[in-house]
Amino acid sequence: MAQVLVVVDATPTPESSGGAVRKASLELLTLARRLGDPVAVVFGAPEGADAPAALAEHGAAEVVMVGGADVVDHLVAPKSEVLARLVEERAPAAVLLPSSPEGKEVAGRLAVRTGSGVVTDAVDVALDGDRVVATKSVFAGSYTTRCAVTRGTPLVAVKPNTVAPEPAPAAGTVTVLTPEVSEQAKSARIVERQPKQASGRPDLAEASIVVSGGRGTDGDFSAVEALADALGGAVGASRAAVDAGWYPHSNQVGQTGKTVSPQLYLAAGISGAIQHKAGMQTSKVVVAVNKDPEAPIFEMADFGVVGDLSSILPAATEEIARRKG
Amino acid sequence: MKIAVCVKHVPDAQGDRGFRADTTTDREAVDGLLSELDEYAVEEAVRLRESGAAGDDAEVVALTIGPADARDALKKALQMGADAGVLVSDDAIHGSDAVGTSLVLAKALEKVGADLVLTGMASTDGGMGVVPAMVAERLGLPQVTYAAEVTLSGGAGGTVRIRRDGDASTETVEASLPALVSVTDQINEPRYPSFKGIMAAKKKPVEEWTLADIGVDPADVGLDAAWTAAVEAEARPPKQAGTVVTDEGDGAAKLVEFLASQRLV
Ligand SMILES: Cc1cc2nc3c(=O)[nH]c(=O)nc-3n(C[C@H](O)[C@H](O)[C@H](O)COP(=O)(O)OP(=O)(O)OC[C@H]3O[C@@H](n4cnc5c(N)ncnc54)[C@H](O)[C@@H]3O)c2cc1C
Ligand SMILES: Cc1cc2nc3c(=O)[nH]c(=O)nc-3n(C[C@H](O)[C@H](O)[C@H](O)COP(=O)(O)OP(=O)(O)OC[C@H]3O[C@@H](n4cnc5c(N)ncnc54)[C@H](O)[C@@H]3O)c2cc1C
Repeated sequence: MAQVLVVVDATPTPESSGGAVRKASLELLTLARRLGDPVAVVFGAPEGADAPAALAEHGAAEVVMVGGADVVDHLVAPKSEVLARLVEERAPAAVLLPSSPEGKEVAGRLAVRTGSGVVTDAVDVALDGDRVVATKSVFAGSYTTRCAVTRGTPLVAVKPNTVAPEPAPAAGTVTVLTPEVSEQAKSARIVERQPKQASGRPDLAEASIVVSGGRGTDGDFSAVEALADALGGAVGASRAAVDAGWYPHSNQVGQTGKTVSPQLYLAAGISGAIQHKAGMQTSKVVVAVNKDPEAPIFEMADFGVVGDLSSILPAATEEIARRKG
Repeated sequence: MKIAVCVKHVPDAQGDRGFRADTTTDREAVDGLLSELDEYAVEEAVRLRESGAAGDDAEVVALTIGPADARDALKKALQMGADAGVLVSDDAIHGSDAVGTSLVLAKALEKVGADLVLTGMASTDGGMGVVPAMVAERLGLPQVTYAAEVTLSGGAGGTVRIRRDGDASTETVEASLPALVSVTDQINEPRYPSFKGIMAAKKKPVEEWTLADIGVDPADVGLDAAWTAAVEAEARPPKQAGTVVTDEGDGAAKLVEFLASQRLV
């Protein structure tokens, strides 16, 4: 069977300098098995990382660990250069990448380098005859499209939470690469990195529960955070809340923030502007708390409460704690 | 120095956007406008010129690819302060995918001859966020994307330094010019065109180029040459209206009950 390259998102995080493998990467392996034999490519993971074991357990026949300053200290160009070499060597049936800003850019460069079509923001991928076809949701969720890649090696960037990762133990043979990359690919240099403090909550983009606050919080996110913690979820924010300086930009959900598709999205004090919708419309269940019964968010909510979030959220948090006993 | 800003003309997100029978974007159904995320790039270019950071001879050229209507996107950019516009328009471009679009943009940028290329972080219609990377790859330019702050030093042969806000860290990235920089909506507050700006825009030059003018073979772009093909575009059925309750002291309890019924708690 042909190989399928899976680009693993294992960038070192403040919580794990070893480069913990994100759930979204295991999802990619599960999807990749529909197309061929998954080969996981891990960038920037230092030695001793726990990545190979987790990847092997989820179907990686081989794990290619790509390290070195050439890759770590630059933006995306070296990664696509290395991937282009792998594509040439191994002629994979497809390359699956995370549909993150970085994953999409790597895919873009790789497309040009390898003469391949690219589909981003896929929520599903499958073989249709011998074509790779990806499903995506566009125009803020009003259309579902299916796109085939008709030239080169299909490059598909997939959003998190598209499938449940399935364990499927495979060999997971480790190959370590410290490649040299061209001067040109190194022309954008990261000259400084200021780590952020970790919140200790699940990663927003792949959390299965997200509780978000908007302008309606009036600057106090404590009730939103408490409810998120009671549900074991991540905290999101609307752009209005971020612009006001109430919450960090990295927690923004929407067109210019994170795209999330959790099992549950709970929007508190968020009106539901189209740009916000664009980031959460693929959520399975949407719950809204808003004091304005006319707020557009109710049109897409499976369940809504018209009322004041500053009393409803704490009461809900308490009720959840009581049920948990 | 010459700054080129890529601007895309897109259907207004407030309207009912959709597709035509050939699965290309229906541009008749909804009015088009300058993609809002490109306004930040135009604003930044104009600020770099106004502040003198781009040198005394700085010039801002807005560039778009699209049908004749796409002139409107240029018009807005000129009203905001760009000095000149270029529209690349050719029937053969209709239906291009991201790869095809990036080819046309790259060839047009070569002809413009910019020291700095600014783009938005993503369009508001296709929204792929891949075109800047593709264009940089084609032109062999350093690509410095998602800038929340841009600083220039040393003029046309100098360097560009940006700050970007990532998940785990805030990064400072540097590259020498010429370079391509994409900007986020955190970078500035785009201005509304002033009356003076609107009047001045009428006198600014707009060139129109075809594929022949930039040396692109029509066979390499457009729907038939695309490396991806939309096989299906289906309007999503309107979402079933959910339950909405009004809080009378029991809102939280009902909310948790609903979560429990969905096995979410
Ligand atoms: C190019 C562009 C990109 C954008 N990208 C994004 C993006 O990525 N993400 C994003 O979110 N937005 C984005 N926006 C902004 C978007 O258009 C909206 O302005 C924004 O989402 C509004 O945030 P909000 O819902 O918190 O605020 P508002 O629209 O002001 O809504 C606040 C809501 O809170 C309710 N409320 C007030 N007090 C209470 C209370 N005590 N209890 C309960 N409810 C209360 C109000 O009834 C209201 O519905 C973008 C805009 C543009 C132009
Ligand atoms: C709903 C939808 C889904 C699509 N999905 C795919 C897909 O999966 N794969 C694919 O290959 N194509 C796809 N396309 C086609 C693709 O969007 C166009 O080819 C487009 O011009 C380039 O991609 P983008 O708009 O997503 O650009 P982005 O990469 O999001 O744009 C980033 C920046 O590039 C600049 N830019 C982009 N296009 C132009 C332009 N025409 N003129 C000037 N500057 C520009 C702007 O500065 C913009 O802010 C899709 C189109 C639509 C409408």
